[in-house]
Amino acid sequence: MFNRDRWREILEVLTSNVWRTIFTAFGVCWGIFILIVLLAAGKGLENGIKKDFGDIATNTMFMWTRATTKAYEGLPMGRGFNFKVDDVQAIRDNVPNLRFISPRNQLGGFRGGSNVVRGIRTGAYNIYGDYPEIINQDPMTVTSGRFLNFNDIQEKRKVAIIGQGVKNELYEEEEEVLGSYIKIQGVNFMVIGTYKKNNSDGGEEAQKEVFVPFTSFSQAFNRGDNVGWMAITAHDESSISQLKNNIIEVMKDRHKIHPEDNRAIGYFDLYEQYNRVESLFGALKAVAYIVGFMVLLSGIIGVSNIMLIVVKERTKEIGIRRALGEQPWSIKKQILMESIFLTIISGMVGIIFGALVIYCINTLLDNVGPVDMFMSPSVSVGVVSGAMLILMLSGLLAGFIPAQSAIRVRPIEALRTE
Amino acid sequence: MIEIKDLHKSYKMGSNSLHVLKGINFKVEDGELVAIMGSSGSGKSTLLNILGMLDGADSGEYTLDEVPIKNLSETKAAQYRNKFLGFVFQSFNLINYKSALENVALPLYYQKVPRKERQEKAMQYLDKVGLKPWAHHLPSELSGGQKQRVAIARAMAAEPKVLLADEPTGALDSKTSYEVMDLIQQINDEGNTILVVTHEEDIAHMCKRIVHLKDGVIVEDKKIEQVRAGQYV
Repeated sequence: MFNRDRWREILEVLTSNVWRTIFTAFGVCWGIFILIVLLAAGKGLENGIKKDFGDIATNTMFMWTRATTKAYEGLPMGRGFNFKVDDVQAIRDNVPNLRFISPRNQLGGFRGGSNVVRGIRTGAYNIYGDYPEIINQDPMTVTSGRFLNFNDIQEKRKVAIIGQGVKNELYEEEEEVLGSYIKIQGVNFMVIGTYKKNNSDGGEEAQKEVFVPFTSFSQAFNRGDNVGWMAITAHDESSISQLKNNIIEVMKDRHKIHPEDNRAIGYFDLYEQYNRVESLFGALKAVAYIVGFMVLLSGIIGVSNIMLIVVKERTKEIGIRRALGEQPWSIKKQILMESIFLTIISGMVGIIFGALVIYCINTLLDNVGPVDMFMSPSVSVGVVSGAMLILMLSGLLAGFIPAQSAIRVRPIEALRTE
Repeated sequence: MIEIKDLHKSYKMGSNSLHVLKGINFKVEDGELVAIMGSSGSGKSTLLNILGMLDGADSGEYTLDEVPIKNLSETKAAQYRNKFLGFVFQSFNLINYKSALENVALPLYYQKVPRKERQEKAMQYLDKVGLKPWAHHLPSELSGGQKQRVAIARAMAAEPKVLLADEPTGALDSKTSYEVMDLIQQINDEGNTILVVTHEEDIAHMCKRIVHLKDGVIVEDKKIEQVRAGQYV
């Protein structure tokens, strides 16, 4: 393989007709370039869309109650009902493989009135009554103090974690936040921490939330043992989409809802949505691969063609070599190596150009700021090494027929060619 | 050295079959210089190609240095060609993008002689044919006679048992022809067995034995008094 003479010969042959070699190489170069750029563009779109999901645990469903639509066990249709705190334990007991079940209560909301007061400042925020586990389902970075813990729940402490946005509106720049009090609908809560969310979705809104212990919330705002809605996350190895029917069944059973009443319990399956997006990107990737390969294929056919011409041109030379005693497989190897070498070199040039284009786009994006649904296009090292492997195989493939035709010529016939 | 018995060869040309060699029997001893003569179509080149394992016979026996040559695979044939035979062609058949030295070194490369040794040996053979100063020239920069001498050096570099020359002087003027023949005679003087295919009387008479072919059979096989080419140079 690392034979000086062989390599010298390969270079001699390929440089003997430089322009022809360059044009041939361009086919492969272009193919791999298209492949890389398409994959990177797909990845950029994927990154952009996935960013909207943020760090939210995607194997999650949200569930809330609505009015029943069927009469059942003597109860009329159109009956309203609430989830109860013990439903959580019931789900936990009856449905395996669930990781987090967070009952939640909420105050405020979209265009709600002002509900938080601090001194002379007021603001309208989403107030959540939550269990400490919620931080795993709706991730946020605690920037100062701490998040809720189970002692807060147990002792029904009136404590609150506020978002960066809340802090900016209710506090002066250098005011001490921790230990201060805010009044939520007339009830004082001590601020024990601040947070910042990373997902782009909602932007400002997501930073303007207040988290208080679920139990304190229920007591302070008279919710009794009602639960507004639940966020349920499954373990990684099982999907919430499969478990959700079991969960809903348990709930229907506990709240005397007709088994076929599908509208009494509302839900949003984040995992299903996420999967839909995932499969979309899967399809996008497949298209990129197919288009890239098709273009690459025409490049490879070009290489094969040129190698056939090279063999034809060198028929006499091959005849001489064989008369001098060169083994047929050695000739075959020579042709194959020329083909592989040409393919790989041109492929590498294509990859380099592709990488350069991706780099330029990234720099551009960095400079003009984030663009909707598009973020840091890239290709992984795996894809690039895969492309190299494909190139090697295609070089082999491209050289195979010419190499075969090179040794099929009998030396005597080759020598007769003038 | 060479022994062939009842050798037949025919070529298929469409539906017709052309019987080129119709039972050739002959024997070449060590150190002989044999001219194979005949008009075009007499089968002399075909015979040489079969002797050179470039082409296969239809029937008959061929023994080279006590090795039966029969049903060779291409790989084996290549091995034998490299080990046993040196070729000189009418059209020189040098590889035109390789220098004279590289051309001469080529058979040694196929014998897997290390690079340095190969170069030295090739240079030594080039020196022998008087072309040492032209070692790094491409064939296109050499005259016809020089090219043929490079070809002879290349044929000899592998130290073959038999040198096969197909019209070695066919593309040369008579002065250069004699120079080449002089070289061939010198090589023969060193004890090498050489077969020369030619249709030129004067060239044939510079050998030691003439075999006449006509229509695929040997019509005459005689030992002759050798004319030294050196006297014309």
